[in-house]
Amino acid sequence: MEKQNYTVSVYTENNLGLLSRIAAIFLKRHINIESITASQSEVHEVMRFIIIVEVTEEQVKKIVGQIEKQIEVIKAFYHKDEELIFQETALYKVRSSGFVEDFDIQSFIKKTNARIVTASPQFFVIEKTGERHETEDLYEKLKPYGLMQFVRSGTIAVSKNEMPISELLEKFNTSNTIQ
Amino acid sequence: MEVKTAGFKEVSVEETLKVSGAEAVIKCLLAEGVEVMYGYPGGAIMPVYDEIYKYKDQIEHVLTRHEQGAAHAAQGYARVTGKVGVAIATSGPGATNLITGIADAHIDSTPMVCITGQVGSHLLGSDAFQEIDMVGLSTPITKWNYQVTKASEIPQVLAKAFYIARSGRPGPVLIDITKDAQFDSLDFSYKKCTGIRSYKPLPEVNLLQVERAAQAINNAKKPMIVFGQGVILGGAEQLLKEVIEKSGVPAAWTILGLSALETDHPLNVGMVGMHGNYAPNLLTNECDVLIAIGMRFDDRVTGDLNTYAKQATVIHFEIDPAEVNKNVQAQIPVLGDVKQTLKLLLEFLQPNSHEQWHNRFKELYSIEYEKIIKNDLSAKHGKIKMAEVLDEINTVSGGNAIIVSDVGQHQMVACRYAKFNATRSNVTSGGLGTMGFALPAAIGAKMGSTAREVVAIIGDGGFQMTLQELATIYQMNVPVKIVVLNNNFLGMVRQWQQMFFEKRYASTEMVNPDFTGIAKAYHLQTNKISERSQLKGAVEEMLASKEAYFLEVSVEKEECVFPMITTGASVSDIRLE
Ligand SMILES: Cc1ncc(C[n+]2csc(CCOP(=O)(O)OP(=O)(O)O)c2C)c(N)n1
Repeated sequence: MEKQNYTVSVYTENNLGLLSRIAAIFLKRHINIESITASQSEVHEVMRFIIIVEVTEEQVKKIVGQIEKQIEVIKAFYHKDEELIFQETALYKVRSSGFVEDFDIQSFIKKTNARIVTASPQFFVIEKTGERHETEDLYEKLKPYGLMQFVRSGTIAVSKNEMPISELLEKFNTSNTIQ
Repeated sequence: MEVKTAGFKEVSVEETLKVSGAEAVIKCLLAEGVEVMYGYPGGAIMPVYDEIYKYKDQIEHVLTRHEQGAAHAAQGYARVTGKVGVAIATSGPGATNLITGIADAHIDSTPMVCITGQVGSHLLGSDAFQEIDMVGLSTPITKWNYQVTKASEIPQVLAKAFYIARSGRPGPVLIDITKDAQFDSLDFSYKKCTGIRSYKPLPEVNLLQVERAAQAINNAKKPMIVFGQGVILGGAEQLLKEVIEKSGVPAAWTILGLSALETDHPLNVGMVGMHGNYAPNLLTNECDVLIAIGMRFDDRVTGDLNTYAKQATVIHFEIDPAEVNKNVQAQIPVLGDVKQTLKLLLEFLQPNSHEQWHNRFKELYSIEYEKIIKNDLSAKHGKIKMAEVLDEINTVSGGNAIIVSDVGQHQMVACRYAKFNATRSNVTSGGLGTMGFALPAAIGAKMGSTAREVVAIIGDGGFQMTLQELATIYQMNVPVKIVVLNNNFLGMVRQWQQMFFEKRYASTEMVNPDFTGIAKAYHLQTNKISERSQLKGAVEEMLASKEAYFLEVSVEKEECVFPMITTGASVSDIRLE
């Protein structure tokens, strides 16, 4: 089976220590995490981890099984790229001098759908949100003008299909719930 | 109302009382019916020990001589009783000494709650004296763990710990409690945990899959069952027997499934795996339907997965969804507690006898008997063989003893030759293969099952890993029987060196101390034999003793355990020599 990008989505209780428990599952199998983000989800007090790995489908299935086994994990899913809507955010810090001289900044920013976060006589900070190829395109464009710093966030994604977490939680709820 | 007797089933303390965190810990243990715990004190857990002192009429604490001993004793207790074993230790080195036992319990699904002390919460993360990140260290080897930093959390967290440890597929839980949380006070009330929203201990049973399984079994010409510890953990021994008897399907066991079905049952066809029996291993690659019940296809069972039971329709009865298709693809997965699923299965099964197929097992057994078993059991010359010792114990105990084995050749021999009439009688370290397990585990096993004879079978190597627990045996007056099979070698490793490293016996030969002298120094009754003619008398004397008894048997030095499936080989390539 071929390796490809899989996005593992994990809905969990908001408890200390869970990140290392989840990370350990990948570590144990010698799988490198390409990107990981954690945030509040659409459900009150439920966290959502989004983890991107390059593995085979068989591997990702087993990983999801092991993750779901963790006591505080409510549900885990995996998706292929085509089943998701992805975004990443990148920040570019560019030297002002060359950049200003060469460019009609207004139209450049318009065309790339980027946004100026800060401008000073020394540097500009530009922000771009989009898919990986879009943030990379802008990287290539800005490189010649002296990129002083570049940083990209982990990928965040939502599925094209519905993920019925609220209903699942309802089903899990038992009378004597302890979180 | 508070009911204080230990061992009480449904205790809940509803009235609130002002108590310290340390006292709350003991009250929680009492409410969970804990009668005994194993541990070792130290600075960071002293408040709890002070309460142990105050409550000593209600709950017993066993001072082992090393925290590893405490963990293994708690495991032994849990394995024979089915209750949650409890081990307790101080922070830092006390906590890390528990690690081996926790890992062992994790891989063998043993319910256990470990409680460790921790430095004061204001010191966390400062590399304080005896601070260790016990939650971090134990994360990959616990079913759940938690660090308590506030006294008020204790009742809820301990209730949750016990619930998680014993429900679903059982396992060890670790609770790390900072010293300030032990000292602080709280309003104590206790409610047993009955559910956690993100945790579903039992998967839903799909009746359709049960029916499919039954159909496949009913239509099979050469079906074979391999059962594991899931049968014991699910309390489904009787159901398993009914399934086997109704369907007439020959049944083999994994090392941890041993004793779920009595050894002498006519459809019991022996052990699978690396040193298992010839017939069930070989016929795994001949059967048309392989019915795995409460076992997880460990690599020591399957050998090379590419050649394992490829011809068979695999039916997998399993409680843990993550185990299904993990190693072996199951055409018919039946999720659920085996106690539920086997009961349903039974109704759909048609009576059958599979006589011809069963005769295949018998034929292969006679080959194994001629080549191996006969020589193992009835050698006339040379030194005593390990199997003869087991055979004698079977005879004298009538198959009613609990056998606790350590790790090595003697373990494989014990599992191959010990006879069992009752379930929960085989206690051994299966998944981790922990040398040093048996002596402390035997303490827990005996304390959990006082009416039964508990015999520990240990190698000269493994014995020296935890022999300090002889002191615990003496102090607590635990009448376990200890048999050290002394071959002056780390025998199992030596066997591999003989077979695969051209007899380069690197660091496996052992010049041993006077073992009986050591046991005597710990005030135990002892005996040492080296002649075949002494064996019967020695075993009889040992089992007749009402006290702890230490027997050293000098056995053949360079014996090899066969059959054997070498690592990575196919079950079909099982070697008889
Ligand atoms: C703690 C630990 N260390 C090392 C091993 C590797 N090991 C497995 S069997 C064995 C030899 C056991 O020797 P002994 O206890 O004398 O038993 P025998 O094989 O001779 O019956 C060793 C070293 C292990 N299983 N556990």
